[in-house]
Amino acid sequence: MNLDFTPEEQAFREEVRAFIEENYPKHLGDVGLREDLSREDFLAWHKILGEKGWSVPAWPEQYGGTGWTPTQRYIWSEENARVNAVMPLPFGVSMVGPVIYTFGNEEQKARHLPGIRSGEVWWCQGYSEPGAGSDLASLKTTAVRDGDHYVINGQKTWTTLAQYADWGFFLCRTDTDAAKPQEGISFILVDMKSPGVEVKPIKLLDGGYEVNETWLTDVRVPVENLVGEENKGWTYAKFLLAHERSGIAGVARSKRGVEKLREIAANETLDGAPLIEDMDFARKVSQLEIDLAALEITELRTLAGEQAGKGPGPESSILKIKGTEIQQRLTELTLEAVGSYAAPYYHSVANDDGSNEYPVGPDYSAHAAETYFNMRKTSIYGGSNEIQRNIISKMILGL
Amino acid sequence: MDFNFTEEQDMVRDGLSRLVRELYDWETRRKAIESEAGWRPEIWAQLAELGILGMPFSEEVGGFGGGAIDRMIVMEEFGKGLVVEPFVPTVVCAGGFLKHAGSEAQREEHLSAIIDGSRVFAFAYAEPRGRYDYADLETTAKKDSDGYVLNGHKAVVIGAPWASHLVVTARTGGDRRDREGVSVFIVDKSADGIVTRDYETVDGRRASEVYFENVSVPADALIGEEGAALPLIEQVTDEAIAAHCAEACGAMKVAHAMTLEYSKQRKQFGVPIGKFQVLQHRMVDMYTAYETAVSLTYLATIKLDAGEKERKRAASSAKVGVGQSARFIGQEAVQIHGGNGVTDEYAIGHYFKRLTIFENEFGNVDHHLKRHVSLA
Ligand SMILES: Cc1cc2nc3c(=O)[nH]c(=O)nc-3n(C[C@H](O)[C@H](O)[C@H](O)COP(=O)(O)OP(=O)(O)OC[C@H]3O[C@@H](n4cnc5c(N)ncnc54)[C@H](O)[C@@H]3O)c2cc1C
Ligand SMILES: Cc1cc2nc3c(=O)[nH]c(=O)nc-3n(C[C@H](O)[C@H](O)[C@H](O)COP(=O)(O)OP(=O)(O)OC[C@H]3O[C@@H](n4cnc5c(N)ncnc54)[C@H](O)[C@@H]3O)c2cc1C
Repeated sequence: MNLDFTPEEQAFREEVRAFIEENYPKHLGDVGLREDLSREDFLAWHKILGEKGWSVPAWPEQYGGTGWTPTQRYIWSEENARVNAVMPLPFGVSMVGPVIYTFGNEEQKARHLPGIRSGEVWWCQGYSEPGAGSDLASLKTTAVRDGDHYVINGQKTWTTLAQYADWGFFLCRTDTDAAKPQEGISFILVDMKSPGVEVKPIKLLDGGYEVNETWLTDVRVPVENLVGEENKGWTYAKFLLAHERSGIAGVARSKRGVEKLREIAANETLDGAPLIEDMDFARKVSQLEIDLAALEITELRTLAGEQAGKGPGPESSILKIKGTEIQQRLTELTLEAVGSYAAPYYHSVANDDGSNEYPVGPDYSAHAAETYFNMRKTSIYGGSNEIQRNIISKMILGL
Repeated sequence: MDFNFTEEQDMVRDGLSRLVRELYDWETRRKAIESEAGWRPEIWAQLAELGILGMPFSEEVGGFGGGAIDRMIVMEEFGKGLVVEPFVPTVVCAGGFLKHAGSEAQREEHLSAIIDGSRVFAFAYAEPRGRYDYADLETTAKKDSDGYVLNGHKAVVIGAPWASHLVVTARTGGDRRDREGVSVFIVDKSADGIVTRDYETVDGRRASEVYFENVSVPADALIGEEGAALPLIEQVTDEAIAAHCAEACGAMKVAHAMTLEYSKQRKQFGVPIGKFQVLQHRMVDMYTAYETAVSLTYLATIKLDAGEKERKRAASSAKVGVGQSARFIGQEAVQIHGGNGVTDEYAIGHYFKRLTIFENEFGNVDHHLKRHVSLA
């Protein structure tokens, strides 16, 4: 057993670090866990990586992947987290991309993969519906065959960043008489500019707009946009969910977050001394670091298993649960650290004189409360932490 | 021992409860907090008319001779509706300073105006680097021939944009963080040299950064004894703590009820999610946390007139226990609401936000755990 990286891996880290230093767009700066970004901001790094051939590291090489080992990919995400980089969004890169190259036909691969790699085409995920959240299989949106088109009707919700999307991948019911709710569902690619697609923003409680309601009214979609076989969409949907593993625990990002927390706590004062010297507070930071260290090793053990050819299993639910709990705890502690200046509402104080300066309290307090509120989502989305626990109890514990 | 409320107290509660239900329905509240003013002076006037603003003051000064329990009842109802009007800064804080230490003339001038709703106060005590220490002051008040000259910067002064007057803590002597040398002043917000920067807070209220640049105040702006205000500040803030804890209890009660209701309505996998035992147990834990918070709020409220140490221990106990309950209930309520819990449209997220900010007001859990330890 050896926790050290090999010399080759170290060399890889140096290479990556140098590349990031030279090429990461400086104007994006250290955006923290969340900030209102424009479409261009989201895509800036993605496009640069696309040119370098590093935008889809985990894909098979024949589709533009890097051939990196899981450990190299881990190093890659760590180095990006060091600068808090705005990473390529998962919807194209880690979700629909792998579905297309695994189950799609040649035409679909040729048409869609290049745009995902280059960052030119923005994808969104249309799974959830108002009545189908944790119970995704109960979805009601229908796609009815009409000649060489499907006619789609229904309402999706929580569609992340659909306001910028060019394309979406949707789960639709193509057989309403199927015996089980999981059957009769198809995986269909929809051009978001199609007539009948309407996207309405949902304001979240941090004041931001990152999710939408998506209405589909008589949307005509050519049958060639069906991925794989009709009525087999559930299989692809599950493949996609299991595939989205790298980065699920957010270790690298949380490590950067803890560093930042320490910086904040060194600057804040309590009883005339730096807050970080306060035993009560310091203990909480240490506890968080210990939990994070455990999570990191758990993730590395999973990676090692993967490198040895063991497929991703339900263990990834552990990564989801612990990773999100740590992210939430981190934002809680950051909120505690900034004290009274957590209260000002960023959207009401920022930029009203046209400048970017945050005029109330120290800079690092600007988003503390909003980030804390926003991060409550992490234990809800992507399969809530309750659902993850159900998975572990069934699949691992056999209950 | 008697934990019952008097008939009068029940009447106050019922009346206020009706008022909050009628005037603080969700949509109306939203419009009010998003409006330019951010609050509703007409509701303030109504509270004055109902005698709520005069409740804790003696009958001689035009009040209703109510006590800490009455205030608790009022605050709990305010918490249920997420009322933003500045009852704590005006009635509990400014009113408290005047009641405990105001001169005859000061009471005459300010109390009747508080009671009839014509004067609104904000309590400017926190500073950018002071955290929760009331004595950690960089704001100074220097004596001159006519009175005092104030200089300094007060942070996140809740309700200041609505206020006509400020209660300000400042150092008249001693070194930073000394217990001696702290004084309290009442200042007209329109005085020369006061500059404010107003903003919204994440929990739907308004606050300001308040800057004092050579602000001259008359000698009679001083409340109580010069340089000896710290015990007074502690008394008043313990009263504010008890009031805020009651408010948090009201908010927790509603957050819990909403979550129960939601779990009975929301179906997934063909059953209401409230049928899942894992959620049932957590809603039981929320309920237990709420009851714990209510008990500690009673304790803090009942002990406000006890000896200093007993009072402080009770207030800190409440701030710790209610703070922990508030965080737990807020987070669980959002989680059980699923995606809807993190939207701006659903009320539950706003209860969560108020409960989050509540934790910080007048000292957080860590601060009060320490204070409790120090009083052992
Ligand atoms: C910010 C955000 C972004 C999102 N982005 C997308 C997106 O891009 N595309 C997309 O398709 N979806 C997206 N989602 C949707 C997300 O996947 C769902 O919110 C999630 O699956 C939970 O569903 P729900 O909100 O309907 O909650 P519900 O399923 O109604 O759950 C409510 C509560 O009940 C619990 N619960 C439910 N079933 C069980 C059970 N069997 N046992 C125990 N507890 C249970 C849940 O854990 C939760 O606490 C997003 C959600 C959020 C909040
Ligand atoms: C020190 C001691 C003294 C005792 N004294 C007496 C006595 O004087 N007289 C007497 O009659 N008995 C006595 N008991 C017995 C005691 O009442 C039982 O142990 C108790 O009722 C639990 O039953 P069990 O041990 O069979 O556990 P089980 O009922 O088998 O429970 C095992 C576990 O499953 C959980 N569980 C069971 N049902 C549910 C459910 N519906 N939902 C969720 N979880 C569930 C339990 O909480 C427990 O964690 C004593 C026990 C102890 C340990």
